Amino acid sequence: MMIEVDNLKKSFGTNEVLKNINLSVEKQEVVVVIGPSGSGKSTLLRCINLLETTTSGHIRIEGVDITDKKADINKIREDVGMVFQQFNLFPHMTVLDNIMLAPIKVKKVPKARAEEKARELLGKVGLADKAGAYPDSLSGGQKQRIAIARALAMEPKMMLFDEPTSALDPEMVGEVLDVMKQLAKDGMTMVVVTHEMGFAREVGDRVIFMDGGYIVEENEPNELFSHPHEQRTISFLSKVL
Amino acid sequence: MQSVIHLITSYLPFFWSGTLLTIAFSLSGVVFGTILGLGICFGKMLNNKYLRFPFICYITFFRGTPLFVQILLVHFGLVPLILGQSNGIVAGIVALSLNEAAYIAEVFRAGIQSIDGGQTEAARSLGMSQRQAMRYIVLPQAVRRVLPPMGNEFISLIKDSSLVSAIAAPELTYWAQAMGAQYSIVWTPYLTISFIYLILTLTMSFFVSFLERRMATK
Repeated sequence: MMIEVDNLKKSFGTNEVLKNINLSVEKQEVVVVIGPSGSGKSTLLRCINLLETTTSGHIRIEGVDITDKKADINKIREDVGMVFQQFNLFPHMTVLDNIMLAPIKVKKVPKARAEEKARELLGKVGLADKAGAYPDSLSGGQKQRIAIARALAMEPKMMLFDEPTSALDPEMVGEVLDVMKQLAKDGMTMVVVTHEMGFAREVGDRVIFMDGGYIVEENEPNELFSHPHEQRTISFLSKVL
Repeated sequence: MQSVIHLITSYLPFFWSGTLLTIAFSLSGVVFGTILGLGICFGKMLNNKYLRFPFICYITFFRGTPLFVQILLVHFGLVPLILGQSNGIVAGIVALSLNEAAYIAEVFRAGIQSIDGGQTEAARSLGMSQRQAMRYIVLPQAVRRVLPPMGNEFISLIKDSSLVSAIAAPELTYWAQAMGAQYSIVWTPYLTISFIYLILTLTMSFFVSFLERRMATK
């Protein structure tokens, strides 16, 4: 099991955002998390990468309990790539340096090999010609593809996507989803929070519907979209499909 | 007019050495103030409020009391306490650096906190430690952002260094006072050093805007 979440709870002050979440993700599985805003999907993802501290419950990554205070968080994060809604590229570095920085500084990869790998990844996301560009000169879609390449440079075992296309102009959503589809095809374990129902249906092995801090329903995409059981799922899907 | 020029030329070696000392005071203030200021800035951003407290006190004291009083305290109190005797130049450097550090700390803190939290999150999600994220991601961006206010601090420092003339550190203002007293004149010495101070502050602001432009193109 790549990711196991047991009885996870998360509160911000008195506001309980996640109420008893149980979830497991297998190797090479693509799990898509959908739900209305404020349902806790992004918080769940951020908890899996410990960008939020958990209130109670356990999260295990490849069997290692990351909620344990003694866990080496930096080491675990090397294996868990994350892509953000706002890209969060480093604006003071070129695209190439954005991708090479973490492998060189964290994994101590020799510079020449890091650069070779970075150029290979740039080719993979279709931006080989942008190596020397600064993030400010790129479109949103290009930025997000660079952000994906940057996360992949650490050779993570799984990737978390937090609404990767929500900040993009509509015509750029496709290019980012294409990169993600290819990644799924290559066997990457992925958890994707998104509003792209088409992507969920096409690429997802399993879709999870969250609302009010709970996992309301989960199933194979076709089952969940065609025959939702829960009333809340039905009413949500009727609005977005 | 000729006598004015004659007076200035006779004092030129003193103005020259005074200018050098003023530059030395300012540069030491910039260098030590920045190093110390960065340390205090990180101290003030500590999560533990008890550890943070001394740094808050430091900033409050040095920003809330007159620089002139601080100079007197350092010259007549701190330096004799440590060296056993007073020393105007040491006291000047120490007082200016301590004072500058408090202002630099606040400028840096504002700069660091103005960097979007997503930058740190992205760095951490790539496996970088808190320290690496600060060093490679946040600080380089913050430095660019704080350059203009830092430049203002440095210009103020050049001007404020004139206060150490009161503890007999022979910098520019000290020599102007000496010249004024010797010949019982006012305009010539003080206008001369005003002109020299202007050259120093203008040079500093040109240098800062040069740096700004250089960093902006990157």
